[in-house]
Amino acid sequence: MFALDTQSIRRFARNRSAMLGSLLIVSLLSAVVLAPVLAPYDPLDQSFPRQLQPPSWKFPLGTDEFGRDILSRIIFGARIALGIGALAVGIAVALGVPLGLVAGYFRGPLDAAIMRTMDVLLAFPYLLLALIVVTLLGFGLTNVMIAVGLVYVPQYSRIVRSVTLSVRERLFVEAAHAMGGSNTRIMIRHVLPNCLAPIIVQTTLSLGWAIVNAAGLSFLGLGAQPPTPEWGAMLSSGREYMRNAPWITTFPGLAILLTALGFNLLGDGLRDALDPRLKE
Amino acid sequence: MGERATTAEIAEVRTRLGLDLPWPVQFLRFLRRAAVGDFGRSLRTQETVLSEIGHALPVTVELSLLSIALAAMVGVTAGVIAATRQHSWFDNITMVCVLVGISMPVFWTGLLLMMVGAVFVGWFPVSGLLDEGIRLQRVTGLYLLDSLLTRNGAAFRSALGHYVLPTITLASIPVAIIARMSRSAMLEEVRKEYVTTARSKGLGERSVTFKHALRNALLPVVTVVGLQFGGLLSGAVLTETIFALPGLGRLAVVSIFSRDYPVIQGIAVVAATLFVAINLLVDLLYLVLDPRIRGG
Repeated sequence: MFALDTQSIRRFARNRSAMLGSLLIVSLLSAVVLAPVLAPYDPLDQSFPRQLQPPSWKFPLGTDEFGRDILSRIIFGARIALGIGALAVGIAVALGVPLGLVAGYFRGPLDAAIMRTMDVLLAFPYLLLALIVVTLLGFGLTNVMIAVGLVYVPQYSRIVRSVTLSVRERLFVEAAHAMGGSNTRIMIRHVLPNCLAPIIVQTTLSLGWAIVNAAGLSFLGLGAQPPTPEWGAMLSSGREYMRNAPWITTFPGLAILLTALGFNLLGDGLRDALDPRLKE
Repeated sequence: MGERATTAEIAEVRTRLGLDLPWPVQFLRFLRRAAVGDFGRSLRTQETVLSEIGHALPVTVELSLLSIALAAMVGVTAGVIAATRQHSWFDNITMVCVLVGISMPVFWTGLLLMMVGAVFVGWFPVSGLLDEGIRLQRVTGLYLLDSLLTRNGAAFRSALGHYVLPTITLASIPVAIIARMSRSAMLEEVRKEYVTTARSKGLGERSVTFKHALRNALLPVVTVVGLQFGGLLSGAVLTETIFALPGLGRLAVVSIFSRDYPVIQGIAVVAATLFVAINLLVDLLYLVLDPRIRGG
């Protein structure tokens, strides 16, 4: 069983991979908060005389086809990446957790209806489902966030349902019933807190995947539009200059990789700390 | 129709496409037609949706089969070796590669491979499936198989060369996941009592690993391979777009940009059916691999 206690915090602190993941995420958060201070240039500032310049002291990661500083665009891009990830996962949590809670708590036909709907969503490869949702809603960053969020709803509902199914049989839930607690109160006050640990682990892991998937959609041209400094869109625009200016595609990709790696390490570390039985 | 279409022309098209009917009726009509494989015609090419998908699907199937074969071969081998030499340098390097592999965005892997393998080194072609001037007679739609069936060596070499980079790109994430699963499944098996018994009876390490532990470790690995195979279509959308392969993923992207809704609907149904069918096949494969399930 997942448990949030001092022992799990100690286990987490001893895990070197988890610490590396935390370091990467703290760096990302620093870039998000301190972007205007850290970025040496305006990420949208174009200058044709300095276009396609290789990495140098003046432009540590080089410049793109419009002469924009790539380091500044990556730093500001962190804001967009984390924003997309947080909102997409927020949508997934906001929909998936209540659905899983209701399905697991009430069981019966309601459970069947919710979970079969989730099965239908799971029957589609995730990126294709996101593509279909973006097609229905229209292109743009907001719709990409909604699309990516919807893709992850079934994961949350399944996890929360499975925990709820076991928690609802526990003695304290029976006691809450006996004391006259309403179903809504029992679900929110007694069942939901027991689902928190797996939700935290899943949220950490989903954040990395959501950022990668949203970047993928922007790479295809469905998400962020120029001149937004979004990592996937930056990669896409750099494709034409791969031979002469490989740094345009190299560094935004590295930023996506390190962010995903950070969230994956952090998520694995949290899972190992909160439920040591799952550790390999 | 263009921006200058008259109201009468618009009304005529709406009637022809059935868009003037209530949406539940439209939906039932769609379901009735879809049940017999009729998804209508592409708004972009005017070809039937089924024929558009029929042209694109074999490329995605071929690419996915090559990728999953590569991922399973490399992933299982690396995972098993890492497990048998736990905490060795090979194990450590494998685990680092696994972590990086899982986190690598497939579109960046594709671009890097394209940059190194095609642009700088020049070993592999960058886009498409056949070099200019090479013709291939279609039999099954699978390029490699068709070139073998029609004994067209030039087409086989060309298609194989074109598949190298997309295959590695698409296999990059599954190989990491399969390696991780193989390693943990093997580690779990080699600690079981029957393995200790086999060793105490004097069996060689190779025999213990491959004849006893690996066979039992394969079951969870097969699940992962199957799930990864089903999920390859997601990666195929990006891989086919990067390498301009005429597969289902690229067709989906092109159709989305041209708002070709009948094709998008058709692809969604076909992809979901394939995904569910592959998962069902994996479940059935358990029966072959694990006699205990047959007994149960």
